[in-house]
Amino acid sequence: MKDTPLSNCERDFILKAIEEKKRLDGRQTYDYRKIKITFGTDYGCCFVDLGQTRVMAQVSCELVVPKESRPNEGIMFFNLELSPMASPAFEQGRQSELSVKLNRQLERCLRNSKCIDTESLCVVSGEKVWQIRVDVRTLNNDGNLMDAASVAAIGALCHFRRPDVSIQGEEVTVYSPEERDPIPLSIYHMPISVSFAFFQQGTFLLVDPSEREERVMDGLLMIAMNKHREICSIQSSGGIMLLKEQVMRCSKIASVKVSEITELINKALLNDKTARKAGGRCGFAESMPQERITALKTDQTEVEMSDVSETASGIVRTAKSPPQTVPSPLVPVPGVGQVGEGLRNTWGLEEEEEEEDDGGESSGGDSVEEVTKMHVEQHQQDKSRAVDVVEILDSDEEEEEVVILYPETTTKPKTTGSSSGQKGAGTSRKQKKK
Amino acid sequence: MFSVLKERVGEILLPGDEFCCGPQDTLPLTDSGKAGRLVAGPGLRRSGDRLLVSRSGVLRHKEPNKFWIESQQRRYVPAKGETVIGIVTTKSGDVFKVDIGGSELASLSFLAFEGATKRNRPNVQVGDLLLAQLVVANKDMEPELVCIDGSGRANGMGVLGTGGLLIKVSLGLVRRLLAPRSDLRADLEQLFPCELTVGMNGRVWVRAGAVQQTLVLANLLQSCDAMTAAQRQQLFRRLQQGAF
Repeated sequence: MKDTPLSNCERDFILKAIEEKKRLDGRQTYDYRKIKITFGTDYGCCFVDLGQTRVMAQVSCELVVPKESRPNEGIMFFNLELSPMASPAFEQGRQSELSVKLNRQLERCLRNSKCIDTESLCVVSGEKVWQIRVDVRTLNNDGNLMDAASVAAIGALCHFRRPDVSIQGEEVTVYSPEERDPIPLSIYHMPISVSFAFFQQGTFLLVDPSEREERVMDGLLMIAMNKHREICSIQSSGGIMLLKEQVMRCSKIASVKVSEITELINKALLNDKTARKAGGRCGFAESMPQERITALKTDQTEVEMSDVSETASGIVRTAKSPPQTVPSPLVPVPGVGQVGEGLRNTWGLEEEEEEEDDGGESSGGDSVEEVTKMHVEQHQQDKSRAVDVVEILDSDEEEEEVVILYPETTTKPKTTGSSSGQKGAGTSRKQKKK
Repeated sequence: MFSVLKERVGEILLPGDEFCCGPQDTLPLTDSGKAGRLVAGPGLRRSGDRLLVSRSGVLRHKEPNKFWIESQQRRYVPAKGETVIGIVTTKSGDVFKVDIGGSELASLSFLAFEGATKRNRPNVQVGDLLLAQLVVANKDMEPELVCIDGSGRANGMGVLGTGGLLIKVSLGLVRRLLAPRSDLRADLEQLFPCELTVGMNGRVWVRAGAVQQTLVLANLLQSCDAMTAAQRQQLFRRLQQGAF
């Protein structure tokens, strides 16, 4: 499917506004949009929101035979996919030019900068090494995918824990996460990419272009740096001529931005660590913003005249405690209603998970399924059965839960406290896997 | 059924809700026995003797017998007779292909402009914005547009001027802007002089005196989408007090 074309009117307006140093959303020339970094329940899963641009990175590992030229180094593999979810212009399966460009830039930024110690990934030299695979998937495109992807990738790598390995003579034992705690990767530094968009043959520049600005720009300069002010990679596309002073100025701006963003990533990692230690809820389900139609505040569109101060630091969403259940619908403000946002199922039916079979499992086994649910309440009982909450979700949510009515109850007896409203009808939930 | 519907005006209904002709709907013997007519608008569908709700939203009623469901939607489905803002994508021979936000590109003949003849072609380039009316719009055929009304006059349609900004809003906001006595429009008039062209496909073209004002207006409209009247008035008031 094709994207909506850009009209001449819009193009002229945006260029004129840039000449007057005005951006469409009220930012200043060097301002970033609001960055939000959250981590999933699994180690190595990171979501990054840059304004409306949304990107997810997942890191995984496996033991493979190393390359012949480098027998004692691990392998890093990067893959960036432009999902059709992100924009109507992206097609599934086809490697467009943009996809190739972003992949190449991500590889240069992370692999060539040697930010990960690959020698520590070696298990048995020449025979077994760890292959670390980083998959980045774009979920929504509102401009500047590269920056979001680089932050997500490095965040996921810092968050990831690989299984512990021990070698006794010829025997190699890989311990599962239950037996021994997994260990983090050894990361030397965090390279982050900053994008600059140029307009009118290099006269005007903007940091962090949004989607409409990207459409009218002349050229793009991407600088990948770490907080020690070391440049990891520079790429200029679009064929504009840049002067030396311009590039130097951009690198100075980039170093400021990179230190702010690194600060943000570290804060997010710390928050996630404390949340996990405290046994509290963590994972992206807890930190998803509640975007309802009746929301009182929308973050994105703020009126220009009001104080819109968007700095990269200080916008980290910590893991929220579960919301209080309400017996009756909440009316936050007179005139505003809520549709189906009651946080507890008040229909009197207790739901069971369809996949929770094979007897009572430990909560460790449940954790994988819980990642894909919106709100899960754990009863403090021996059976460790989770009770699901029925949510009528907006189409904005990324997952949908389909409630299927069966003519009779399926496997197990219902948990305590259930009062079935209908005779003999059981409900079971089918979860859509990501 | 009429009374049942009337009771639920203003309530939020979900797809699957239905209204049947129950025993309570029999006419009382004292009445003159005139058959009533009920007009089911968008979101309501008749199936046999039941009325089904096919969209989620609020039930609205207009005297004497019109009912419809008002819902929030951003995706436009072309309907005949609506005035929309389109972007010209290609010019092939005698026909322009215009993107109106639907599933297909609409076609617009170059003769469908005021004062256009075979020799006198309209001055329309690729990438221009047009305000046009849909004459053919159904699910089986490609939509067709014209830029003249029945009597051959432009009536405000045609190519839009330069210097403005095009924004995309929800269909509900567009309808609120175009309503006859719209208080959203009244509030906007208080702010500063501006020009607004509203297309039923969710596209609005705004232009004000300065670039800054146009940007303010564009951002305002996009935030008004999800606000109640009280919040909106508060926002406007804050704006007026804010330094301009």
